[in-house]
Order: sequence, then C-alpha cells, then structure tokens
Amino acid sequence: MKSISMRQMKKGQSGTIASIKATGELGRRLREMGLVPGTTIKIQGRAPLRDPVAVRIMDSVLTLRNNEADHIDIFLNE
Amino acid sequence: MNNEISMALAGNPNAGKTTLFNYLTGARQHVGNYPGITVDHKVGYMQHGGAKLSITDLPGTYSLTAYSMEEIVARDHLTEEKPQAVINIVDASNLQRNLYLTCQLLELGVPMVIALNMIDVAEDRGMTVQAEKLQELLGVPVVGIIARSGKGVDELMKVALEVAAEPTPQPMAKISYGEDLDATLQQMMAVISDKSFLTSTTPPLFTAIKYLEDDEQILAKGRQADATVAAELEETAAQLSRHTQQTLDVYPESILADQRYGFIKSLLREGVISHRYESDRLYTSDKIDMILTNRLLGPVIMLAVLFGVYQFTFSWSEVPVIWLENVFGWLGTIIDSALDDGLLKSMLISGVIDGVGGVLGFVPLIMFMFFSIAILEDTGYLARVAYMMDRLFRIFGLHGSSVMPFIVSGGIAGGCAVPGVMATRTLRSPKERMATLLTVPFMNCGAKLPVLALLIGAFFSEDKARYMFIFTLISWVVALLAARLFRATVLKGTSTPFVMELPPYRLPTLRGLLIHTWERTWQYIKKAGTVILGISILLWALMTFPGLPEQKAASFEAERVQLQTASTENATENLNALERRQKEEELRYSLAGRFGTFLEPVTSLAGFDWKTNIALVGGFAAKEVIVSTLGTAYSMGDIDVEEAEPLGKKLKEDKNWNKNVAIAALLFIMFYAPCFVTVVCIARESSWKWASFSIIFNTVFAFVLAVTVFQVGSALS
Repeated sequence: MKSISMRQMKKGQSGTIASIKATGELGRRLREMGLVPGTTIKIQGRAPLRDPVAVRIMDSVLTLRNNEADHIDIFLNE
Repeated sequence: MNNEISMALAGNPNAGKTTLFNYLTGARQHVGNYPGITVDHKVGYMQHGGAKLSITDLPGTYSLTAYSMEEIVARDHLTEEKPQAVINIVDASNLQRNLYLTCQLLELGVPMVIALNMIDVAEDRGMTVQAEKLQELLGVPVVGIIARSGKGVDELMKVALEVAAEPTPQPMAKISYGEDLDATLQQMMAVISDKSFLTSTTPPLFTAIKYLEDDEQILAKGRQADATVAAELEETAAQLSRHTQQTLDVYPESILADQRYGFIKSLLREGVISHRYESDRLYTSDKIDMILTNRLLGPVIMLAVLFGVYQFTFSWSEVPVIWLENVFGWLGTIIDSALDDGLLKSMLISGVIDGVGGVLGFVPLIMFMFFSIAILEDTGYLARVAYMMDRLFRIFGLHGSSVMPFIVSGGIAGGCAVPGVMATRTLRSPKERMATLLTVPFMNCGAKLPVLALLIGAFFSEDKARYMFIFTLISWVVALLAARLFRATVLKGTSTPFVMELPPYRLPTLRGLLIHTWERTWQYIKKAGTVILGISILLWALMTFPGLPEQKAASFEAERVQLQTASTENATENLNALERRQKEEELRYSLAGRFGTFLEPVTSLAGFDWKTNIALVGGFAAKEVIVSTLGTAYSMGDIDVEEAEPLGKKLKEDKNWNKNVAIAALLFIMFYAPCFVTVVCIARESSWKWASFSIIFNTVFAFVLAVTVFQVGSALS
C-alpha cells in the first residue's frame, strides 16, 4: 500500500499511520500523544489559515502544524 | 503514629485532576492546563476516615520524559518524595491516551489507584468502561468517579488509604516491549539490581527503560552515582539502538512508545470498553467546532467574543469601581478631619491613599477581565483561539499559546503583565517563551488605561472609543513586530512543536472559575499593597522635599495674608489659585522637580516638560502613579484618577501640551520600561540580564518613537 504524507490529506479522509519520521523532541511529542504506527486517524479540519490541522485520533482531537504533519505517513482508507 | 499520609494526583491535562483536587482539598487551583499553569506543584490537606492526608497536585503531563519542566517536577516528586499512594486520574472518555501515563507509572512501580473520571461523559458518547476488567488486567484498583459532582470520590479515597497502608506494592501488569527490548531490559535490570544502581529512588525497570530512551536526567544521575555502571548501561543501550536502526530503521524510544500503545489497545480490546456508536461519530464538541473554527465564521466569532469581553469588562465594572473610589474618598476625608495639617497627613493622603487607592480602584476592572479569561480558558475556547491564531503568531516567531499571556497582560481590555509573564511558563521552547515574555509588557495593562483615558479624553474627545481601540491595535502591532525582531536577532532558534490536544468543550464549575479569577487578581492586589505603597510614599517624599526656600515661602505667605485681609468677592477663589501656584512652586523645588527639570533638554525633543518628566519617572516604578503625579505636578492638589477630566482640561489648556505631545506621551507610556514588579517577575522567570534588557530596550525604543512622532507631527502641523 502506498502511503501519503498527512499534510496532503483532505478534510474527512481517514487512514492508519504508516510511519513517523520525526526525531528529537517533535518525535517524542508525537509519539506520546498516540501518533504511533497502526493508529487510525481522521482529518477533522484545518484552521482558517489552513494551518494547523485538526486530527481525530483515539477519541480526541489533536492539532498539528503542517510542517509537523509532514513527518507522518498515512495509509489511506479507501 | 498519627503522621500525615502523603498522596499525589497524577494525570493528563484536562482529565479533571484539578477539579478533583479542588473537591478534595477546597484549595485554590487552576482548572485547566492550557495554558497559564505554573509548574510548581500544589499541596492541599484533607481528612478522611479519621486520617489526615496531604495531597500534592502534580502538573498535568502526558508522559514522564525529562523534556519538560512539568514532567521533571512530576517525576522528581514521585521518586524523591515517594508519596504513599498515587491517584492516577484517567479520563474515561479519552482512555487510550490517558493510559499512556498510566503505563509509565506502572514502570515506575508506584503504589497507585486509578480514578476513572468523567464516566458520565463517556456514557454520553456511547462508551461503557468496565472498571473491574481494567482493574483485573492492570493489577491496580480502579474506581469510577465524576470529579465535578464528587460522585465516587469517597470510595476512591477509601481505596487510596488502603493502598497507602499496604506495606509492599501490589504486583502490577508487566508490559512486553518486544523480544529485543525485553531481553536487553532483563540484562540491564540484572546489572542495576546487582550494583544497587540508583535503586534508592527508581526501580530497576524504570532506570533501564530510561537508558533505552536516552533520558537526559537519568543519564546525568547515573554518571554521578557510578560512572562504571553508567558507562556499561549506556553501551548496552547504544548497541540495541544500532541494532534496531539497522533492522527496523527506528530507535528504541519509538519501539517503547509503540509497545505501550499496543499494550493499551490490547487491554481495550479485551472488553474494557464497549462502544455503542460508530467510532467515527461526531461528538457535540466536534459539531460546535465546525462552526467556531470554521474558515469564515471562526475568526468573525472570535473577534466578536473578544469584543464582548472588552464590553463586559468595561461597562460592568464601572459601578464597583465608582463605589470603591467613593470609599477611598471617604477615607481621605476622615483623615483630613482627624489629623492636623502637616507632613503625616500629607503623606497619608497624597502618598498612601492616592497611590494605593488608585491601584485598588482598578481591582474590579481587573477582576472582571480575569473572570472573562477564566471562562474562555475553562470552557476550552481559548485552545481554539490558539489553534486559529497559531499560523499568524508564527510569522512573528511566536506560538499559538502566546495568545494567553498577551490577553492576560492587557491585550483586550486591560489586565496585568504580572500574571501575564507567569502565564508564559506553558511555552516549552525557551526562545518563544522569552520573546513572549519580553513583549507582553507592551500590552495596555490596567495601569496604563487611565492614562490613555485621560489623554484621549482631553485631546481626542470627539471619538474616544475609536481612539482607544486604535491605540490597543497599535500595542498589538508593536508587540508582534518586536517579537519578530527579537526572534530574528537576540532570540534566534527553532520553534516548539505545536502538537496540542483540543479538549472537549466543558461547562466550567463556578468554583473553578472563581478560584482561577481570584488567583490572578490577588497577584495584582499584592502588588498594590507592597510595591506601589512603598513607591507612592517614596514619590510623595521626592515631591515634597526639600520645601520652598525661605524667601519664596515668605512671599507666598505675604500674598496670602493680603488676600485674606482684603475682602473682595473673589477672595476664596484667589486664595485657592494662590494655593495651587504655591504647590506648583514647591514641586519645582523638590528633588523630583529638579530631576524633571534636569531631564528637560532631552525630553523636550519629544515634547515633554519637567512636570511630565516627573510623572514618567514615577511610572518606572508603577504606571498607576502617572496620572496622580501629573495631577500634583499640574497643581491640581489631590487628583482623582477616576475623574481625571479637570486634569484633562488643564492639560489641554496648558501651553506645553497639544495633540502631538499627547500622542508622543501616549506612545512613550505604552512602550517604555515595564513597571518595577513586572521587571522583577521577568527576572525571576529568566534572569536579571533579560530584565535589564527589557528596561533599556523598551525605554530607548519608546523614546525614539515618541521623538519621531512628535517631531514629524509638529513639522506637519
């Protein structure tokens, strides 16, 4: 299955996390918030200026900047 | 016996930890983590079942790494203070993420009980959580509660006491981290136990895991405790790291996180949670957000809300402010009649009452402001504001979370930079935090507002509201541009991750709101009782001593006698006018007056005369004294801050004042050195180097701006 960067996903699309390519503090933050491979996410929406993005994950909503979402690859659900 | 039993509350932000803490101890606390919480943990006391308990409310954290102050504080408290029971609050409607911290607590091996909070919210969302099943799988007691109402809390405390009384911690679930890691962990744990390495504070499992995670704090402690063992452990960890990178292209840290979540997911699959609805279902919060963070409506609603706060703060606080002012006036008259004329009376009235009264008179306005902010915070709306503003703030090198400190410092309708500076603690990146810290003093705090009102009322009376708004906008523009400047020069560096949870909208508890409001208002009041009182007295002294030289005093006295014996119709008015003139002369001769005159050659570039100078110098200490000092300087006797109109008229008629001077003065006052208390706060939050920078940079910048505006304005008119 091909994976796409989370930044490219549109509102309403969902998928499973394929991999997180972030290291250091960002990587840690992403992981401890539950952004680990195998987790289902859904794009809830974007801020009025298109950045950050609101992502539904594990019964709650996380917000991420686009340049942070860049580090996350997703297997899209068809 | 009869020792206090120590307990600690640990949990995610927004899990209701502080609500529970308030319920248990009735102590003051913030209700939310986003933003504004200080990192110091709070302690409260209670009685239960005949036992005395001391409960520490640890900062809300998602994990126990060593990378934020909150986590270090929480972790250190658990390992060093060793509370007898840890109550881990877990949000039942957000179980998966909340259990991540639980896993870390299990690794730390602390005696604990899980408080499964918000079971009502979970039910509403169609989720039923089986507390017994969770208990069985984790090996830790689980009690369902609703912290808001107190339901289940009695049972929780009973269990907590049982846990505390237990001599040895109960056997808890062990998480598997995969073959490779488990094997390495066993190996490391053997070494650690054998050499009793750091075992006085942390159990072997925790230490081993932290080595695999490359944890800064543990690494440092380890090297200090036993360099040989530390080196061995570090090498083992490095080996594993190389191995995982080669085979799986990941670091052990990632695997640890993955495995913890894997463990959590397996727990939930084993019947801990049953969902009635589709997991995709939009919750009420989400539906609200569709409107409130909508592309078009979102910003519009946000501006409306901010404007609403502005209105609420100003109009509703009017009555209490006037009432307070009357109280102080009454106090003044009592002293006036009770004491004989002289220095003591003068000091009490002009120094103490005018100075401190001016500040306290603003407390209602400040209180209403903080109450509004508390509502925005506790409902969760402020998180949305940060979310919507982040992109904009990033242009200036700041963070969406910088919004809060700005608003608290006076971004909307007055505030105070003291709690504003403290609110920057939530910003994790030192660079963004400093940039926010240094620019919040540019906001129009509650002390600057009366000056603005005075000068705008005098020189721009045709459109007061609009000009107030314009000057508020100017303060934002300057603050943001200054932040940009700092972040490009003295504070260069990368930005903090923005990864933030958007908490569900919640109805705040009144108790939480009041506690939240009072804490910040109290900081403001404390300032009045201490610094401003001292400054007011000092300023009074500087403006009184030394008195008029003999001849001048004599000539005034002669004039007075003349007026008193002559019985013209205007006798009283002339006497009053004489009185005022004399006061002005006395002021000119005082230390303050001489200093103001000394500064005149420079300050006249901006259009300021010696009287204005005195007021501005007073403002270095506390901005509140600017208006009262101006009043005295312009020989108004005791000027009433609220009824600054007559002073305004006087300024307007003074030959040294005109619109250009007014604008220059306004800009200077808005942007020059922060008041003394704020400077101390800045020093405490960072260093005296930065505090000094703040004083110097702000004053120079404000002066240059004032001069430019004055010169250009004068040239044009």
